[in-house]
Amino acid sequence: MLEISNLHAKVDGKDILRGLSLSVKTGEVHAIMGPNGSGKSTLANVIAGRPGYEVTAGSITYLGKDLLALEAEQRAREGIFLGFQYPVEIPGVSNIYLLKAAVNAVRKHRGEQELDAIDFLALVREKVKIMQMNEQMLYRAVNEGFSGGEKKRNEILQMLMLEPKLAVLDETDSGLDIDALKVVAEGVNRLRAPDRAIVLVTHYQRLLNYIEPDYVHVLAKGRIARSGGKELAQELETRGYGWIETEAAAQRSGAMT
Amino acid sequence: MSVVAVKSAATGFYAARFADLRTRLPGHGLAWLDAARERALRAFEQLGFPTTRDEAWKYSNLALLERRQYAPVSVAAPADPALVVPHDVCGGYLLVFINGQFSAPLSRLPQGTHIGSLGQALQQNPGALRGDIENAPLTHGVAALSVALFADGASIQLAAGTQFSAPIHLLFLSTHADCMISPLNVIVLGEGSTATVIEHYAGVAELPYWSNASTRIRLQANATLEHINVLQESAKAYHTGSITVDQASGSRYNSHSIALGGLFGRKDIGVRLAAEQAQCSLNGLYVTTGREHIDFHTCVDHLVAHGTSREFFKGVLSGASRAVFNGKVVVHPDAQQTDAQQSNKNLLLSEDAEIDTKPQLEIFADDVKCSHGATIGQLDESHVFYLRARGLSEQAARNVLTYAFCEDIIAQLPVEPLRKHLNQALLARLPDGDRLTELI
Repeated sequence: MLEISNLHAKVDGKDILRGLSLSVKTGEVHAIMGPNGSGKSTLANVIAGRPGYEVTAGSITYLGKDLLALEAEQRAREGIFLGFQYPVEIPGVSNIYLLKAAVNAVRKHRGEQELDAIDFLALVREKVKIMQMNEQMLYRAVNEGFSGGEKKRNEILQMLMLEPKLAVLDETDSGLDIDALKVVAEGVNRLRAPDRAIVLVTHYQRLLNYIEPDYVHVLAKGRIARSGGKELAQELETRGYGWIETEAAAQRSGAMT
Repeated sequence: MSVVAVKSAATGFYAARFADLRTRLPGHGLAWLDAARERALRAFEQLGFPTTRDEAWKYSNLALLERRQYAPVSVAAPADPALVVPHDVCGGYLLVFINGQFSAPLSRLPQGTHIGSLGQALQQNPGALRGDIENAPLTHGVAALSVALFADGASIQLAAGTQFSAPIHLLFLSTHADCMISPLNVIVLGEGSTATVIEHYAGVAELPYWSNASTRIRLQANATLEHINVLQESAKAYHTGSITVDQASGSRYNSHSIALGGLFGRKDIGVRLAAEQAQCSLNGLYVTTGREHIDFHTCVDHLVAHGTSREFFKGVLSGASRAVFNGKVVVHPDAQQTDAQQSNKNLLLSEDAEIDTKPQLEIFADDVKCSHGATIGQLDESHVFYLRARGLSEQAARNVLTYAFCEDIIAQLPVEPLRKHLNQALLARLPDGDRLTELI
């Protein structure tokens, strides 16, 4: 589904990703871990097509298409969902409007009819219940005055409405208390399906207790330093990231000599 | 040293029209009114058209208006309801003025009240209007011209304690090219009374004309007025207008100025808080496109202690349009415990658009709470990306955010159907904005 090959990317003129390769197949859940500054969020934003994230080398293929040739909105309509680390507040635009506009943009792209008001509302209500949110929140401005936890629930609500093929969740667990974390994890788990894939970007192993990944990758200095199963995450929890960074540095200097 | 006024061709033109018309203007023969008109005309002749050398007109150039001569005559138009329907957007009562002339058949007036045309009021009870007309401020040349030549307007005189819940919609429609309309509106709210008045200027598309309006408002103790000012003039029209407000103790004046159309617009709003515990709020929104120009000059005078004023203007500029905001708050020496806040926020959507903003505080008292500020910015690109990442096109994302920027000003309008109408008019000003109608 997603093939990332030798990806190099710059942000503000600074090299962040330096030769990252990753292959994600349908049905899989991948966790991308790593210390601060290792390039995790950059990877998520490059996949979503955020302006200012400049790919200088390498390629990303998504469902056989050259992903880097698509605009951000085209990627979204093709089924890529980015769960934001910092969801923005948009005063004056109601949640329900954004959900409707987003769902209909995707449906239109797929050649499907726009949902009528009744079907749409029924669908939203069902998803709101899963996320244990208050329905009133639908009529409030997008994320305005929401707590950190409410914003992240709202991201997952949007994801459930959009039913993406590939969900990339950027630090969705940050700032969540344990109850909210469980609700968010439940929302993500509901999306797991043989025809979808999920990429979880996270700093901590905690989230992975609730969303079990098939693969765990550790980023260091802009590339994948180590890959493994879920036990790798547990090892990181006890040993920290230091040893991986040391190992990566050793490998690099070894490669040079 | 003597100052010799050099009359421009335009000054002479309008003075001559005044001489032709004077005997046909409403209230002619009332000595005090004839004298007031004469005084206003002399002020106009002396002041002439403002030029960019006047500090208050530095960024707003009337040279083209001055060169093109507009006929200050009322042109009768058939009372065609189809003209009014698209603008009849407030519900409630309606006073229609076509090319400056009151049209009774197109209006809906409340029974048994003193709400109607100024022309009629001058026939029925001129004494009640005398003070307000005599004191209509002649702040600059064109304001003086408007008072000299006023051909009609609305007269709203509410008795003490009257609670008017239905909005009173004053609709000024221009349907004739090269005309100048000069309405004079007099609004007096008696003690403890309340009303909502919409002063709405609209014109037939692409027609060049000039609306030159004056509105005089007086609020007696504890009266409350919601005053909504809407400019939806034609793409070739000039609008100049002055609003002056005198507030007695405990009165509230809430003004909402919404400018969504017109080649050139200039509004002067002056509020005098002349007794204790008076409050005013001046809100505004201007959305300009193409080569439009809009200029809001506001001045709030805190003359006595314990006054409160709030001012919040927002602007969205695209194309090569230009906006001017000059908001002045003067806290006079006796106005201790004044609470004044002022803010002007602007969104510049294109490189060629220009805003000149000047929030201004002049404080002569020492125990006051005052703040002011202005911002000029672009849309937040992280917001644009958020919406694109949810599948909205870039243009749709920008429109949604622009609409959201304006939303809080329109949301405060106390007339629901008007909010809807203005939201649509606002979206129509954004590229492909009509696709976003489900927003509202």
